[in-house]
Amino acid sequence: MDINKEEYKKLVKRRAPKSPCLKNCCFAFLIGGGICVLGQAMFDFYRHFTNYTDESVYVCVTVTMIFLAALLTGLGVFDSIAKVAGAGTLVPVTGFANSVVSPAIDTKAEGLILGVGAKIFTVAGPVILYGILSGALYGVVLLVMNALE
Amino acid sequence: MIVKTKGVYVMSFASAVGTKEGEGPLKNRFDYIDKDDRFGMNTWEKAESESARLALSLALSKAPMAPSEVDLLLAGDLENQCVASCYGLLSFEIPYLGIYGACSNLTEGMAIASMLISGGAARRAAVVTSSHNCAAERQYRNPIEYGGQRPPTAQWTVTGAGGYILGERGKVKIVDCLVGVVQDKGQKDISNMGAAMAPAAADTLLRYFKESGTSAKDYDLIITGDLGIHGSELFKDLCKQSGYPVGNHADCGMLMYGENQDAHMGGSGCGCIATVFGAHFLPHMECGKLTNVLLMATGALMSKDSITQGQNIPAVAHLVHLMYGENETGSRPCGSAERRNHE
Amino acid sequence: MSDPTTYLFAFLIGGAFCVVAQILIDKTALTPARILVLYVSVGVLLGAVGVYDKITELAGCGATLPLCGFGASIAKGIRKSVAEYGVLGIFKGGFTAAAAGTSAALIFGYLAALIFRGKPKK
Repeated sequence: MDINKEEYKKLVKRRAPKSPCLKNCCFAFLIGGGICVLGQAMFDFYRHFTNYTDESVYVCVTVTMIFLAALLTGLGVFDSIAKVAGAGTLVPVTGFANSVVSPAIDTKAEGLILGVGAKIFTVAGPVILYGILSGALYGVVLLVMNALE
Repeated sequence: MIVKTKGVYVMSFASAVGTKEGEGPLKNRFDYIDKDDRFGMNTWEKAESESARLALSLALSKAPMAPSEVDLLLAGDLENQCVASCYGLLSFEIPYLGIYGACSNLTEGMAIASMLISGGAARRAAVVTSSHNCAAERQYRNPIEYGGQRPPTAQWTVTGAGGYILGERGKVKIVDCLVGVVQDKGQKDISNMGAAMAPAAADTLLRYFKESGTSAKDYDLIITGDLGIHGSELFKDLCKQSGYPVGNHADCGMLMYGENQDAHMGGSGCGCIATVFGAHFLPHMECGKLTNVLLMATGALMSKDSITQGQNIPAVAHLVHLMYGENETGSRPCGSAERRNHE
Repeated sequence: MSDPTTYLFAFLIGGAFCVVAQILIDKTALTPARILVLYVSVGVLLGAVGVYDKITELAGCGATLPLCGFGASIAKGIRKSVAEYGVLGIFKGGFTAAAAGTSAALIFGYLAALIFRGKPKK
C-alpha cells in the first residue's frame, strides 16, 4: 500500500465527519448563560438573607453551584447534561466541580487514600496549578513595579 | 506470509454483552445480556473479567466440553497488562497464553491457535477476548462521570466478551491466516480510532490478495472488526487506490448499535468483533449461507502515556480466512441462527 | 434584587464565554483541559489589568462563575496579599482567593465518592 503520511492525513481530513459547531454553540450559549442567570438569582437570594459583603455573596454562589454540580455528578446526571451542553457546563464552575468529583467517584475502587486521595486532582490539577502559577507571576510583576516606583 | 492451517474448525462460540449492546439490533443473537454492565461485580475491571469467564463457560457448555478437554487458552483484552483475561479465566485451569494486540486480539488469538493446532502443539484451543466500556474509558480517556462531548469521529467501546473453541470438528474451517504488519500513518487523534486502524486493515488485506492471487470478488464477504463508519470509508478508499476495490465489506462496529444509540461511528474494542462475528456471521457460515469469508480484526496500539507524549497511533490487523466446510455429520438448519438468551 | 440588566448581561456574557470555548473545542485540536488552563490564565491576566472587575460589575455571576472569574479572583488575592505581605504575599494570595471554591470541590467530591457509585455512560 503506497500512501504516505501526508496524503493519508489529507484523506482523513476530507472524510472525517465534522462537529455540528453551530448547534453546539447554541446549546453552550443557552445552558452556560442559563447557569449564570441561575447564579445571579442565588446571588440576590443570599444577599437578601445574609449580611455578607457582595464579594462573599459571590463566593456563596460559587460554593452552591459546586454543590449542585457534585450532586448531579454523583447521581450520574451531569455527564448526560454535559453531552448536550458542551462548553456550557464546562466553562462555569460546574465544569471545575465535575472535574474534581468525577475522578473521586471513579477511583473509589482503588481506595480512599491511593484512589480518591491521590487521583482527585487528575483532571482539575492543571487548572489549579496554572491558576496559582499565573497568580504568582502577577505577584512578581507587582513587586518589580513597586520596586521601580 | 500466508500460513495454511489444516484440521482447524470453530467448534463452539458464546458471547456475553452489556446493556447497551443488548438493546441494539443484534440483541436476539447474544447468549447473555447483563442488566447493568456490572456482571454482578463491584468494579468495572472485575465486571469485564466476569464477562470473559461467562463467554468461555457458555462456549464450553454449548460444545459441550469440559475445561480439561481444552489444551490451550489464548486470551486478551484492553486493560493494562491484560488483567481482565487472566483474572476472569484462571478458574478454568487451562494452560494460558495472554495476548495483546488491542482490538486485533481476536484474529491474533485465532491465528496463533490455528497455527499451534495444525502444528500439533494443541488439539483444541480456546480464544477469548473482551472489552468493557467503563474499564476502557477510565483507563484511556476520562473518569466515567466526567462530563464531556465525544467528537463525531469517536466510537463506542463495546462491553462484551466472546469465547471461541477451535479444534478438530465443526462446520466452519479456518483455512489460512496472515499476521499483519504494524502501520503508522501519522495519526494522533485518540478520538478517531477508525482513521488510525484503516491503513492496517488495508495493508493486511492487500498483502493477502497479492500473495494469494485473489481479489475481493473471490470471497463472499470481507469482515473487519471495528473500523466504524469513518474508518470503513477510509479502508475502502485505500483498497481502491491500490487497485483492489472492496465492495463486499461488512464492519462489526457498524452492526453493533442502532442509529439512535449515540455510538457515533460505531462500536469498538476487543469485545466488538468477538461478539458480533460469532453471534451474527458465524451462524450464517454454519448453515452455509456464507461460505468463504476473510475476517480481520484491527487494533490501535497506543497507551495513554504514548498519546500524552505525542507519539503517533500505530495499528495492526491480522487476517483469518474461514470457509464453510463440514467435518461433522448432519448440518444445523439455518433457523437456529437466532440464539436465545440464557437470562 | 439585582438590576434586570445585570441578569441580561449575566446571560449574555456568561453564555459568550461558553461559546468561545465551544468554538475552540470544535474547531481546534485543543482539549477541554487545555482550554480550561487557558481560561484560568487569561482570567488572571484580565484580573491583573483591572478589566475583569468591570465585567463583574456589569454581568455579576456571568463573570464570576465562568472559570476566568476563578483566575481573576486569584489575581485579586495576589494583589491584596502582595500589598500586605510583600514577597510572602506571592505565596499566600493565590490559594487564599481560591480557597472556598477548591475546598468546596474537594469536600463535596469526597462526600460524593463516599455516597455514590459510578454508573455506566449512556
